Amino acid sequence: MSIISAIIVLGGIGLLSAAILYVVSKRFFVKEDSRIALVEELLPGANCGSCGRSGCHDFACACATADSLDNLVCPGAGEEAMKKIADIVGLAPTASKPKVAVLHCYGTCANRPVMAEYDGPSSCAMLQTMGAGTTACPFGCLGCGDCVKACRFGAMHMDPVTGLPSIDPDKCTGCGACAKTCPRHIIELRDKGPRGMRVWVACSNKEKGAVAMKECSVACIGCGKCVKACPHEAVTVTDNLAYIDPAKCKLCRKCVLVCPKGAIHDSGFPMSAADMAALAERKRKEAEEKKASQSDSQPKD
Amino acid sequence: MRTFHIGGVHPPENKITASSKIIDVELPREVVVVFAQHIGAPASCIVKKGDHVERGAIVGQATGFVSANVHAPISGTVTKVDKVKGANGMPCDTITIASSDDDHENDLKAIREAKPIRSSDEIKALSAKDIIDIIDNAGIVGLGGATFPTKVKLCPPPGMAADVVVINAVECEPYLTNDHALMLECPDGILAGVEMLMRAANVDRAIIGIEANKANAISLLRQRISELGMNGISVMELMVKYPQGGEKQLIDAVLGKEVPSGALPISTGAIVQNVATAYAVYEAVTYGKPLVDRVVTVTGPSVERPGNYRATIGMPISELIALAGGVPTDTGKIILGGPMMGKTIVNIDAPTIKGVSGILMLPESMSARHPVEPCIRCAQCVSACPMGLEPYLLATLSRYSEWEDLEKEKVMNCVECGCCSFTCPSSRPLLDYIRLGKSTVGAAIRARQSQKK
Repeated sequence: MSIISAIIVLGGIGLLSAAILYVVSKRFFVKEDSRIALVEELLPGANCGSCGRSGCHDFACACATADSLDNLVCPGAGEEAMKKIADIVGLAPTASKPKVAVLHCYGTCANRPVMAEYDGPSSCAMLQTMGAGTTACPFGCLGCGDCVKACRFGAMHMDPVTGLPSIDPDKCTGCGACAKTCPRHIIELRDKGPRGMRVWVACSNKEKGAVAMKECSVACIGCGKCVKACPHEAVTVTDNLAYIDPAKCKLCRKCVLVCPKGAIHDSGFPMSAADMAALAERKRKEAEEKKASQSDSQPKD
Repeated sequence: MRTFHIGGVHPPENKITASSKIIDVELPREVVVVFAQHIGAPASCIVKKGDHVERGAIVGQATGFVSANVHAPISGTVTKVDKVKGANGMPCDTITIASSDDDHENDLKAIREAKPIRSSDEIKALSAKDIIDIIDNAGIVGLGGATFPTKVKLCPPPGMAADVVVINAVECEPYLTNDHALMLECPDGILAGVEMLMRAANVDRAIIGIEANKANAISLLRQRISELGMNGISVMELMVKYPQGGEKQLIDAVLGKEVPSGALPISTGAIVQNVATAYAVYEAVTYGKPLVDRVVTVTGPSVERPGNYRATIGMPISELIALAGGVPTDTGKIILGGPMMGKTIVNIDAPTIKGVSGILMLPESMSARHPVEPCIRCAQCVSACPMGLEPYLLATLSRYSEWEDLEKEKVMNCVECGCCSFTCPSSRPLLDYIRLGKSTVGAAIRARQSQKK
């Protein structure tokens, strides 16, 4: 008998609750723009905040209500997804150059003398508050991997051989979380470049040449050879440190060849700068020989 | 015997150099003068390469209220205006002064024949403002280690007034004995300095707080006070407990007053000054000598000749270490200051600065961290914290970047004394995390305040 009363009571509660839920859902229904869900599906969902919004949902809401997409770019989603989003919300897509994180340091374990041991908690921010860190260079990578912990796209890992973070350009979305986290500010978001080709100075050392040389064997010494070599005025030296302006750089890589310390790095090129130069030299010689033989064969008047 | 009321620990004292006299270090022929030797804005360089400077001349002018002048510790020519690596390995703005033979002779003569520039009557005639101006010009900063400009403490914000000067002669850090040695050798100078500080602060009462482990200093100072008839000054014997030398802990111990959270110590009516600072004030007022040297304890369990050295500011740390017999082979860490709050250095060629109270060389067996174990919720850190905080909580919040909660838990009250890490049976790096949290929250608070303005 008791089981029947229990079924009646619990069933009654269930029915009553269902009725209340039904009434509430009808009475307080909020009509949401259906496009928001569609936009959100195209976003990476990492809530990285690099768009300047509090998360992916907020970004989707902003897209649905915006008048133009000028200030609404999700670096994580990529260009294709942004075009689709523009279609969904019926606005013109913003042309944005894809960015990628580059590390302005190549002070590997072999390149930099180790001055101290650190046995505290592994954190760059903590090491930075204590001073120069464990190596001689007070500007370069601290090597505790705060940037790796900050990356939500799995694009970074600490290379055990070099002791530096390595960035996977295919996975990097250019959200900038690593650049914001780095206490030394040595990660820069640069234009990914045509077919991923880019050139940058892999050093942040602002010491004068003689001091910089002692601190790291591949440090930029501010000699200015790259400035002279650059035909496009893309390289500047401030505080004994060279910087290549990605907007002016035409990827000729003359600077890579002249740098006496090998501090200028490139990536994405099908051929190394040295091979490229050798090839150009060979072609130039061939052309000269051809010209010479042509002028020889021409009858003299 | 009195002490402060919350927390505290008893680290082994290890005052190896307690009975050693102050050894005057030979005047160096070349010094490197750092412009950021104090808390606050760095001094701005007012000399250029090639200039000749006299010993005691200002080479760096204070910039702003919380800042201090920097003086030439030796006569000579400015040979470099450059960045030099400091003790922590970071480059800092410096000048290098090198002395010629003539300069050196003159300096030595001046030191040998130092005469008071003011008679006792003239000193008595000085007003409070005069004394503060002298202190300001002499670039005197708190010599306990924090290097807070002394004149700032003597000028309380409007609406607040001091009623007592508390002299910090606690020296609660293990190993360090520089203040102890100074008290034994220069008691009259210290007492005269205390009287000057009392007049500068416009109070008629001063209490010198000394821990009970320095019995000879206590009896000597008491004897000199009664002999000189200085009625306003008294010596208070305090129980040995770390961190009694902290400003807030000392006020609690000596006056029984608690500094409210976020308030300045002056809100209790107390101005706290280190005993070596009092001596520097005496030297500045009487001899017109700016802060160009200080007593540094060079010590360590396996150091050959540990001792208290009166070192010229600007000489390399390595030279002081060499005087003490060099770096012992078993050294694992070289620390500036004491073992509890001192900072490990990575560059022993760095110049000494005003805040260097000690150079401690710890053997590797004592300096290495123990393996970190999980927190067992024993709450020993809570009992040890002299600020009444919950270090385990602060460390965890900092580790997970919960900055807002960290601010609510009053992380800014932390004095970074290290009692929590010292007492933790799981050897967790509590202070490391709290310090990181404190610097992050502090930066956020400053950003918020500047936005409001």
